[in-house]
Amino acid sequence: MKKILIVGGGMGGTILANNLARRLRKELDNGDVKLTMLSASDQHMYQPGLLYVAFGKVMPDELYRDQASLLEPGIEFHVDPVASFNLDGNQVATASGKTYDYDYIAIATGSQAKPDNIPGLMENCNHVYTEEAALKTWEALSSFEGGKVAVVTGVPHKCPMVPLEVTFMMHDYFQERGLLDKVQLHYTYPIGRLHSLVNVGKWAQKEFDRLGITYETLFNMKEVDGDKKQVHSEEGTTVDYDLLIGIPPHKGMETIEDNELGTSGWIPTDRATLNVEGHENAFVLGDTTNLPISKAGSTAHYEAEVVGENLAAMVKKGRRVRDYDGKVFCFIEAGKDRATFASFNYTTPPDPQPPTETVHWFKLAYNKLYWNSVRGLL
Amino acid sequence: MSEPKIVDARGSFCPGPLMELIAAMKEVDVGDEVEVLSTDEGSANDVPEWLDKVGHELVENFQEDGVYHIRARKAK
Repeated sequence: MKKILIVGGGMGGTILANNLARRLRKELDNGDVKLTMLSASDQHMYQPGLLYVAFGKVMPDELYRDQASLLEPGIEFHVDPVASFNLDGNQVATASGKTYDYDYIAIATGSQAKPDNIPGLMENCNHVYTEEAALKTWEALSSFEGGKVAVVTGVPHKCPMVPLEVTFMMHDYFQERGLLDKVQLHYTYPIGRLHSLVNVGKWAQKEFDRLGITYETLFNMKEVDGDKKQVHSEEGTTVDYDLLIGIPPHKGMETIEDNELGTSGWIPTDRATLNVEGHENAFVLGDTTNLPISKAGSTAHYEAEVVGENLAAMVKKGRRVRDYDGKVFCFIEAGKDRATFASFNYTTPPDPQPPTETVHWFKLAYNKLYWNSVRGLL
Repeated sequence: MSEPKIVDARGSFCPGPLMELIAAMKEVDVGDEVEVLSTDEGSANDVPEWLDKVGHELVENFQEDGVYHIRARKAK
């Protein structure tokens, strides 16, 4: 019997598990394959939905499903996070004290926002990376009566479109409340343009100029002074604010760092095979990789499909079938009823088109279709 | 001198080699070097511009076999 162990029950781990269960249905039913998932939670959250929670458009309870209800029959699921990895010995030990051995392992433990990594940021910023923070942001936005709203962004962060999306959405939100003439939106970004993707940056600059949103580039947060309501940058400049929206820096999970699998919790990963470097039977996907591409759900999705296809072929025929090409697809909300998208891979940059209402409604539809996506159906 | 920390950002369009370098610079000590490998032509300009503004030192910047090698030393 071949044992496949999936560590992490987020988007990447869940799509992979369901993909494998379908491809290996016969082997699972015959007992030739055992598929086990270990997760830290019995709940699954659609994390991108938190952006809408921050604007009061979605209630948090709409974003959760029981993890077990999302999994194909035959997948053994345990709420028992891994405490230590022994990749040389093909074994992990869990928080409950159990050990699991495996023939193949896929690690998809994700990442976490770390606003506490910038002095003063956690106490003074509003963000959208936890349910609690998104609700607090909703409260802050809905009670705001005017002044300067500053958007500050740390690196690396999850979902590179969020700084732009939250800015565009605030513009339309304040316009809808009749407050726009009392609000100054000021966007900052760590590098020398408005977005790391050149074409997205050019498009955003035109939109910002049209909408009267001011901006400052080469702005990396150094510290936030909550008393003076100022953000100081590594570059020596200062931004004042009345309301601070932060995109905090992210890190991988502690268990990855504690087990010395990778700096800051990012595991060194082969960009084509998605193997943990030096381990042919161990794979990484989603935010957990150290690959220089977006930490986004779609990245995890496309990676999970590649790992699923390869692992199933390895079990059936002893060899892998395809490489990951760096594929990422990002929706970009450009206001309350307009959106565009960026699609790209390792070799082809994106070319975002003007936003439309149709793409916005497709994004809203995808927010519901996600539950089919994570089941491996889409 | 210790070996530079290598940031392999080849094939990166997003979040971009400069953002990878910024994240790496936060993790190393003053005096340490970080070398970015990038296939993104913009990086050859972006990275020196950022280093100059922040006050870190550009050690070298050259292209070999289609890959830019941009080495920087953390100055503060």
